[in-house]
Amino acid sequence: MTTMQEVEMISLVIDGFEVSVPKGTLVIRAAEKLGIQIPRFCDHPLLDPVGACRQCLVDIEINGRAFPKPQASCTIPVEPGMIVKTQLTSAVAEKAQRGVMELLLVNHPLDCPVCDKGGECPLQNQAMSTGQGETRFEGVKRTFQKPINISSQVLLDRERCVLCARCTRFSEQIASDPFITLNERGALQQVGIYENQPFESYFSGNAVQICPVGALTGASYRFRARPFDLVSTPSACEHCASGCDMRTDVRRGKTLRRLAGDDASVNEEWNCDKGRWAFKYVTALDRLTTPMVRNSDGVLVEASWPEALAAAAAGLSTNKSAVLVGGRATYEDAYGYSKFARIALGTNDIDFRARLSSDEERDFLAAHVVGSTSTYRDIDIADQVVLVAFEPEEESPIVFLRLNKAFRKRALKVTAIATKLSIGVEKLKGEFVKVAPGAEASALSSQTLTNKSLILVGERASESAGLLSAVAALAQSSGAKIAWIPRRAGERGALEAGAIGNLLPGGRPVSDAAARVDIAAVWSTQSLPTDNGKNANEIIAAVHSGAIGALVVGGVDPLDNEASTQMLAALDKAFVVSLEIAPSAVTARANVILPVAAVTEKSGSFLNWEGRPRKFDAAVADTHNRSDLRILSMIADEMGRTISLATVTAAAKEIASLGRWDGVKSSLNKVSVATTPSLSPNEAIITSWRRLLDLGTLQAGEENLAATSRRTVAVISSKRADTLGVKDGDRLTISTQLGSITLPALVEEIHDDAVWAPRNSRGSELLSQLGVAHGAVVKVAKA
Amino acid sequence: MAFSEEDFQVMDSIIKRYPRSRSAIMPLLHYVQSKAGYITNEGIEVIAKVLQLEAAEVTAVSTFYTQYKPTPVGEYHVGVCTNTLCAVMGGDAIFNSLKDHLGIGNDEVTVDGKVSLEHIECNAACDYAPVVMANWEFYDNQTVQSAKDLVDAMRAGNPPAPTRGPNTLGTWKEASAVLAGINDGKANEGLQAGTPTLLGLKLSKEGK
Amino acid sequence: MTKLVPVLSAHWDEKDSFTIEAYTRNGGYKASKKALAMDPDAVIQLVKDSGLRGRGGAGFPTGMKWGFIPQGDNKDHYLVVNADESEPGTCKDTPLLLANPHVLIEGCIIASHAIRAKHAFIYIRGEVTHVVRRLNQAIEDAYKAGHLGNGIELVLHVGAGAYICGEETALLDSLEGFRGQPRLRPPFPAIAGLYARPTVVNNVESIASVPAIIENGAEWYQAMGTEKSKGTTLYSLSGHVNNPGQFEAPLGITLREILDLSGGIRNGHSLKFWTPGGSSTPLFTAEHLDVPLDYEGVSAAGSMLGTKALQIFDETTCVVRAVLRWTEFYKHESCGKCTPCREGTWWLVQILRDLENGKGTEADLAKLLDLCDNIMGRSFCALGDGATSPITSSIKYFREEYIAHLTLGACPFDPVASTLFEGASK
Repeated sequence: MTTMQEVEMISLVIDGFEVSVPKGTLVIRAAEKLGIQIPRFCDHPLLDPVGACRQCLVDIEINGRAFPKPQASCTIPVEPGMIVKTQLTSAVAEKAQRGVMELLLVNHPLDCPVCDKGGECPLQNQAMSTGQGETRFEGVKRTFQKPINISSQVLLDRERCVLCARCTRFSEQIASDPFITLNERGALQQVGIYENQPFESYFSGNAVQICPVGALTGASYRFRARPFDLVSTPSACEHCASGCDMRTDVRRGKTLRRLAGDDASVNEEWNCDKGRWAFKYVTALDRLTTPMVRNSDGVLVEASWPEALAAAAAGLSTNKSAVLVGGRATYEDAYGYSKFARIALGTNDIDFRARLSSDEERDFLAAHVVGSTSTYRDIDIADQVVLVAFEPEEESPIVFLRLNKAFRKRALKVTAIATKLSIGVEKLKGEFVKVAPGAEASALSSQTLTNKSLILVGERASESAGLLSAVAALAQSSGAKIAWIPRRAGERGALEAGAIGNLLPGGRPVSDAAARVDIAAVWSTQSLPTDNGKNANEIIAAVHSGAIGALVVGGVDPLDNEASTQMLAALDKAFVVSLEIAPSAVTARANVILPVAAVTEKSGSFLNWEGRPRKFDAAVADTHNRSDLRILSMIADEMGRTISLATVTAAAKEIASLGRWDGVKSSLNKVSVATTPSLSPNEAIITSWRRLLDLGTLQAGEENLAATSRRTVAVISSKRADTLGVKDGDRLTISTQLGSITLPALVEEIHDDAVWAPRNSRGSELLSQLGVAHGAVVKVAKA
Repeated sequence: MAFSEEDFQVMDSIIKRYPRSRSAIMPLLHYVQSKAGYITNEGIEVIAKVLQLEAAEVTAVSTFYTQYKPTPVGEYHVGVCTNTLCAVMGGDAIFNSLKDHLGIGNDEVTVDGKVSLEHIECNAACDYAPVVMANWEFYDNQTVQSAKDLVDAMRAGNPPAPTRGPNTLGTWKEASAVLAGINDGKANEGLQAGTPTLLGLKLSKEGK
Repeated sequence: MTKLVPVLSAHWDEKDSFTIEAYTRNGGYKASKKALAMDPDAVIQLVKDSGLRGRGGAGFPTGMKWGFIPQGDNKDHYLVVNADESEPGTCKDTPLLLANPHVLIEGCIIASHAIRAKHAFIYIRGEVTHVVRRLNQAIEDAYKAGHLGNGIELVLHVGAGAYICGEETALLDSLEGFRGQPRLRPPFPAIAGLYARPTVVNNVESIASVPAIIENGAEWYQAMGTEKSKGTTLYSLSGHVNNPGQFEAPLGITLREILDLSGGIRNGHSLKFWTPGGSSTPLFTAEHLDVPLDYEGVSAAGSMLGTKALQIFDETTCVVRAVLRWTEFYKHESCGKCTPCREGTWWLVQILRDLENGKGTEADLAKLLDLCDNIMGRSFCALGDGATSPITSSIKYFREEYIAHLTLGACPFDPVASTLFEGASK
């Protein structure tokens, strides 16, 4: 499969025109190639053919032998010598299609004037093209209770449903979440759920999007707009590193909905519910609109832009400064921070990893990730995929869908090196290599891979010492490819932009003189700082020691780290310039607050985990909010150390002119594995990950979405449950010196030494409540 | 009701009949009816658990087939064939008179829980029309009066034996167990064939 | 005059005919012994040579169906017997299984051997408790006697009330534990059937016919029946006749012959219409009394042999009422998968109900026929086609009767006159 296979082409005639298409193409799509639109409902190019709606009937003959009756063009693959007559050239096909359309409308309520789908409805459109103006049906229509919630987020109007089974097939074939099914039969057949289990799939919004009628609607868009009132802008998803192509629909300056875009090489036509339904934060959060400066009384007061910029420049000029930029910055913004640190602040003290991280990770990123070319395609062709500190369904949902596709289509072998078996890995029928938290590296080392294998490693790998070294070693010994998949949308871009202490833009090692010369030339500067910069934790420590006096902080949540108290104290101590969209723990401690634009308000790009640019334009125009990049450029001007990045276009152009580093990469020094602690009976090792739907800032204000999140539980093994005398549903307390949480227990497949809880869900905010998230010893007890 | 350890063993043996476990879903649903009388939520969840399916997938199957009942039926579930041939020959009259006689409608149960009524489709006994089924046992060649007598006897607790069936009429739950594949030892009871079944053979022996 | 030839039904009059003792006493399980000693291909050839055709309705040559199973493909093969007898009027497999379940089991052993299947299933409808008992007991006894379990496993799978499961791909989905909705074809069951493995699906009567063919030879079977419809079969006579029942005769016998030998239409009445093979086969009238009841003869006369379910209706029967009730049946049994059948039967019932009540105009008949045209050949499977058969054929032969309803503004028939018993009230 590594080489391109010869594609056999088949020629056939449709409505008198010859067309040549790859073998296996369905007639309905061969016709599309000629611009012939055959009406259809159940057909969807990414779902298995079903032939249920019968709307796409055409006449077919093969080598002079005609089928005795019209055939569903969505189920018949092309054959040589095939002659197809669609509604355009066959009276039989035309009547068959009109007949089916009439039947589809027999039980349809024809309530287009009050239906959200009106104006963009395949049923409405095709009823116009293929239906008759008047109905001959004079009888009684089937009625159902009007819309019922099949989850807090999705409503179902069974009267409008044409039973095409797109939603149920999606749920089963694509998401492996068969929570909605066709129930009953005959004219009473209907989409439904099991009454005690709502349609709580992370991908439920796709079912809404592909519904060809107004049967499935999203609670957040219901009755909000008409399609023709919306301005649609192609966009990229800012929620994770999957890199979904999206469409953002705005009315009067307000985002009303977001839809999955169509990018066959990335998200195909899908996205996750977070990407689709978490956008209100832009307006829901108490947005900052005016700069603020802390006055001599220590009080934050509103200031003009010139005042604020002058205050920022003064503070940064008089102190030794460093930069902390969160993983949500766009590629161009990250580049701005990177250049700002080096030119305006004269330092390599910058780190985009305002989260749990390690120096081993920083070296790993420089040696194995920056500039790497692993892609979704590698999943498609891998002989085996190993998941390391990575739960794709929770942490990069489109990667999960791609894995699931390979699993369902060709039984891809997936192996998860993990402390706990996850729902996602179960759906992939993955091999679960159960390890104690911290012991991942040795389990990984015993894997046998080939040069067609792929190791998907998540950002949590930095939480187990030696694990990234083991990943690198395994890849080297087996020839397997590595793909590093961070959670946040901006991390790969920030890495490529050099928003990290050991790298300059384009993957150039700071320590390499030739690399520095490259950059200095483009930046028109004499020299660049030569020492590797401090990492985020070192920067915090340096503030406490007095070595650093000022911080530029953008998009950082201080509670994302284990050392959150030190972080907060450092923010209190240092002169802080905060670039933010909304008030936070950082702005509360800032000396200067500079409001910035949210993603929908600016243009730019993200690099997804593949390193693939995901460009987007501003979906909401005229907000007056400026990008981080623009503001950094203004501060630099004020400081008299210009970075010349007035616009996103300028930054993109400069990045392109830099190109990639083609010199020697820095290498990773092997880090050894920490010894596993011995435990007393009331102790366990904590392990966790963030769920897709949790307390993340960008999900603020999305109550319908939040209500579909997975239950907050503490997971222990059956052996530990016996020891503690705990059964499913009993309450379990996990505690550290910092604090404790009490959650319902769930007995599941997990290492006996471990206890798992979600990292940032309601009632389980581990970093702030316990101060630990992975690998630390905690106390567990029956509550 | 809760399913006992023994129930789980029986379910396990049902699953083992098949090369792939999901095939057992139908006998398991019959089994749930033999225990609970109808398809309870608990039954759906138990089947989902033992077959490693989502409850929605079990619901999708159970609601497709008319023998799986979403609500309780009577101890004796009476089906009157009202497909064309039986209906014309008296099935309609029998069904209507039973509704009046029992004071219940289609798919309803008498207050004493003894008898439920359903109009059913062709039950493959047309040469014995009009046909009434009770817990899916044959009561052949029925009339309005014989059908009323039948349900009266059910309510009194002594229904007559089926025409072509075991020596006594079992309960709905007992019948469901048989449909789940559990041997009740009554296979050898009752006729091998009724008169119409044997008519051709008889005539042949008479030289026709 | 065609004579009755009891083969399947030969021993049904013995009180214990359903037991393994009776079956063995009458020569049972000899044919399977003989077949198991033969090369599987030779068994297939013998069945091909016999001319046996499917008795479930379509009449496809059984031996040829077996021959479609790929050999040496290192895959599991399956035999599935369709005992989901539910077509209105059809009542042959049920009495057969009550009276002699072992003949089906022996047929399964032979067929499994022929197609190299190690696993066979009998899918029986769920609404026949006592037949389920008999079959399960018979299977148990066959295992005990060593006929099963030595290389061939046989499982009885009990349905739960769904006519559509008589459609072979719906049956397979049902057997796999899904909703019984028909599958896309291709792939056909011979290539990807049960569990996506090569599978033969045969009707009860087809498989039950095999032991006698093995025992007596292809020529013996060939000698019976007509040119292209060989052997004997069960004709099921029901309705307004003096003596309903099962009549096993060579293919090609006529309804007139069956009525003559069995005692005719009920006294004082005359034949009005009848089905040759269940409700999905277009109606016949008295003009078709001499149509040879074989695959070709019935087809040439505009209907289908189907399941040889001869439902007889006399002049007291309202054809509109009869057709309405069948249409209600198809509506009830439509699986819901495809639009024409699901929505079409919903609509057809409403139109027919109005017509039976004398509401509507002659234009509604045209609408009804056009609607049938939009369902027939447009549906996913044959259920939708079958639903239109009684309607189009009844309008063809009884248009005047439909119009009489409209003229009168009500049904002109007294339903009591059609019942078999005195004093029936509507």
